[in-house]
Amino acid sequence: MSGNTAEKIFAWLEERLGLEAIYATVLDRKVPKVNWWFTLGSASLFLAVMQGLTGVFLTMYYVPSPDKAYDSIQYIMNGVAFGWLIRGIHHWGASLMVIVVFIHMLRTFFYGAYKYPREITWLTGVFLLLFTLGMGFTGYLLPWNQRAFWATTVGTEIVGTVPFIGDFLLKALRGGTDISAVTLARFFSAHIWILPAGVVLMISVHMYLIIRLGISNIPSDEE
Amino acid sequence: MTKKTSSPNLSRRDFSKIVMAFLGSIMGAIVGIPIIGYIISPALKTQTVDEWVSLGALDGYPIGTPKLFSFTRTKVNGWERTTNSFGVFVLRKSGGELKVLSNVCTHLSCRVKWSDEDSAYLCPCHDAQFAIDGEVIYGPPPHPMYEYEFKVEEGNILIHLTEG
Repeated sequence: MSGNTAEKIFAWLEERLGLEAIYATVLDRKVPKVNWWFTLGSASLFLAVMQGLTGVFLTMYYVPSPDKAYDSIQYIMNGVAFGWLIRGIHHWGASLMVIVVFIHMLRTFFYGAYKYPREITWLTGVFLLLFTLGMGFTGYLLPWNQRAFWATTVGTEIVGTVPFIGDFLLKALRGGTDISAVTLARFFSAHIWILPAGVVLMISVHMYLIIRLGISNIPSDEE
Repeated sequence: MTKKTSSPNLSRRDFSKIVMAFLGSIMGAIVGIPIIGYIISPALKTQTVDEWVSLGALDGYPIGTPKLFSFTRTKVNGWERTTNSFGVFVLRKSGGELKVLSNVCTHLSCRVKWSDEDSAYLCPCHDAQFAIDGEVIYGPPPHPMYEYEFKVEEGNILIHLTEG
């Protein structure tokens, strides 16, 4: 085996897939001279990927049912090798992601990076922030301990204060009048299917626009 | 876009790529190796049952008539606990011979009971009958009743419970 064989394999793939063009488009982009605040988008993406990966593996043992949810998490923490690590990353990563995404939004706002022609990047970012908060809200119930239960009780009651349709929204969110097995199942479904689907869609558009339009310069005093 | 420099030294760009690949590999390993352990760890646990269960004093069992002894054992699989009940007939024969038979019918695992009247173990499901020492007298069971390995220690009977 020599570098020659590897080169041939790469050349074969390159001819068919156009890897270098993808690399050049995605990574070899011209960027203005910017500062460390501009790394927060990449940090958000990294955290989102980590949350996705650890989340996928957590579903291997987690059971979204009132009689087993707590026990299955105890099993993840104490019975499975590195279960504490996978859950720990997911748990702390969730808080960190809300913080990083929020600061990313602040940077974009204060640098005026949401202006023409990047309005849609900003708009998808708004959805991504909301989805991140939604992921935090739905994920918080899943451990099914006292804190999870009462936090969700309070959180859904806040929705219930919406004028006229509040009562309906509360019931729709809980899947009934009480926080029950139905609530746990639908929060789980939202947490692992519905919201992630939205996140993936929005990240795709967000990333496409960043590649297409490039990132904005730091505004100068004259602007 | 990538201009090859004629300098013999590593370019800044290539240096960055190498550092990125190196750090990326370390991060991948930190996450990847625990995940492999996380997935396969339930397979590495031994779940075999191998214990001696005491049935109490030998003198507590009558001679000539089988007497039922019941006990339960709980098995834990992940977050699930399953309690299984076991029933055994202890048969002391007059010659001092001892036999411990499972009360599970060998046909479809119904529980048999001893009948003094018929002098046989009767299965309620398909009318099977077993003789006092477990032989099939009548009905569909393909085997005699299962026997447990036993020992007598300090006047107590112990049976060997194995599984898996």
